[in-house]
Amino acid sequence: MQLTNRSKEVSNKQMTLAEKMYLPSIAQGLAITIKHFFGKKVTIPYPEVKRYLGPVFRGHHILKRDEEGRERCTACGLCAVACPAEAISMVAAERKKGEENLYREEKYAAVYEINMLRCIFCGLCEEACPKQAVYLRHDKLVPIFTERDQVVYGKEELVEKMTDRYIRTNPDAQATPTEPSFSRSAT
Amino acid sequence: MNLTELIIKGILILVLFGVTLLIAMYSTWAERKVAGFIQIRFGPNRAGPGGIFQPLADAGKMFFKEDFIPSQANKWLFILGPCLAILTALMSSAVIPFGESIRYEDLVIPVQGIEINIGILYVFGVVSLGVYGLMVGGWASNNKFSLLGAIRAASQNISYEIGFGLSIIAILMMTGSLSIRAIVEQQHGFAWNLFNQPLGFIIFLTCAFAECNRTPFDLPECETELVGGYHTEYSSMKLGFYLFAEYINMFVSSAIISSLYFGGYNYPGMDWVRETLTGSLGAATGHNLTTLIGTLVLFGKIFFFIFFFMWVRWTLPRFRYDQLMNLGWKTFIPLSILNVVVTGFGLLYDVKYASWAIVIVMVILAMVSSARAPKPAVQPQRS
Repeated sequence: MQLTNRSKEVSNKQMTLAEKMYLPSIAQGLAITIKHFFGKKVTIPYPEVKRYLGPVFRGHHILKRDEEGRERCTACGLCAVACPAEAISMVAAERKKGEENLYREEKYAAVYEINMLRCIFCGLCEEACPKQAVYLRHDKLVPIFTERDQVVYGKEELVEKMTDRYIRTNPDAQATPTEPSFSRSAT
Repeated sequence: MNLTELIIKGILILVLFGVTLLIAMYSTWAERKVAGFIQIRFGPNRAGPGGIFQPLADAGKMFFKEDFIPSQANKWLFILGPCLAILTALMSSAVIPFGESIRYEDLVIPVQGIEINIGILYVFGVVSLGVYGLMVGGWASNNKFSLLGAIRAASQNISYEIGFGLSIIAILMMTGSLSIRAIVEQQHGFAWNLFNQPLGFIIFLTCAFAECNRTPFDLPECETELVGGYHTEYSSMKLGFYLFAEYINMFVSSAIISSLYFGGYNYPGMDWVRETLTGSLGAATGHNLTTLIGTLVLFGKIFFFIFFFMWVRWTLPRFRYDQLMNLGWKTFIPLSILNVVVTGFGLLYDVKYASWAIVIVMVILAMVSSARAPKPAVQPQRS
């Protein structure tokens, strides 16, 4: 079976004098390496230059608000159930009178915590959420932590800021039966 | 020798010594940079702008690592090995003329560690002493791989020294002097020995690679076969000295190649430069500036050859041991003897470019042999 047409037959034939002198092939090799020397480098110097990770990258979690700035999460717990790493925990609370501009529905998450050491960034919470509340940002990574008490992210870190809204449109991504979340866009 | 001369000479020697060490130090950085660029990446670029402080970081690391001596090793010889290696490497740069001369008042001081009339012999002597560093270190380690590496180093250096020496003889016949300064002075302007001795140059260059234990002849430290070769057991600054000695050797052999074949501090148009400078700036200042320009030209040549060493290192794979020996004994020694004979005939009948005859004959033979070689059957390419 032939996979490519680039394979070369190896032979034990006697080398000619030109080949025995090595010099022509050495010159050829030197030409190749000097071409690389002046060529464009493929390395991306990471902390200074960050490459685009694609529209389907799963990064930092975000709890979305709706257009009027009310939190969408109703603390139904489906994300916590879906989470294979059991990283999500929450405490539900009932919306009081006068809090209608803060929470969209009558029930909300008073505490919503994700343990970033446990999270495996699978995106199942995003798929499970019936209210389009939790998303994994494609444009931001979870920052490095050095202490264990920095690991559990609460609502301060997770809830979307109205000044810095997260919008994801995935025109490039095609939905497939196995990966429906590829086409989900955050609004 | 009066005091002024002594002071100028002392400063000169210290500067040359420091420059040798500095260049060797930055060769380690340049080597990694060149390796990176050839492999389409950046090389070290974290320590300072462009990784310029990398040698300092490396040296700091080397000093702070554990200085380990194996319990069964011969302690004093184990310490002596790297010392010898770096000592001989540093000694050989003493006779290289780095420039013409410095004029101060009525003193004329050559830019050279010491001018001796057997300069090239001195270099050969010191270079052949250098193998003791590897040999002693490898033997004292009390380790089979180190010993094998040391034996390889010794036999390789001895084999290639013959070709090394024979390729020089043609040059010595043409110049009639063993002093490197005399050889350089005879290549005044653009009359470089390269144009008279192309074959000798190629042999000398290859032997210099082998003497420096550089790829493609770095069999003494062949990782795939010998773990680390002669420096398997070495750590800390002793290992650093071995590696550093290699870079100093590289600098010195580049300097010698430039002096013997590429005219040293000579460059085309140097007479015009001398006349203009002495005419406009006075005899002493003009002369000193001309010397400086010559020295810079020499360093340019040296840097090119150091780059060439690295370029070859990151291009060619390592030779097999039998190929190495075949190349040394069966190719270089006969060829350099032939070169000596042909150059002798050239001198006898006053033909300056006689050595080109060998090159032309070899090229013709190579072309004929490749033309007569059976063509490989063309494989039908299926897509």
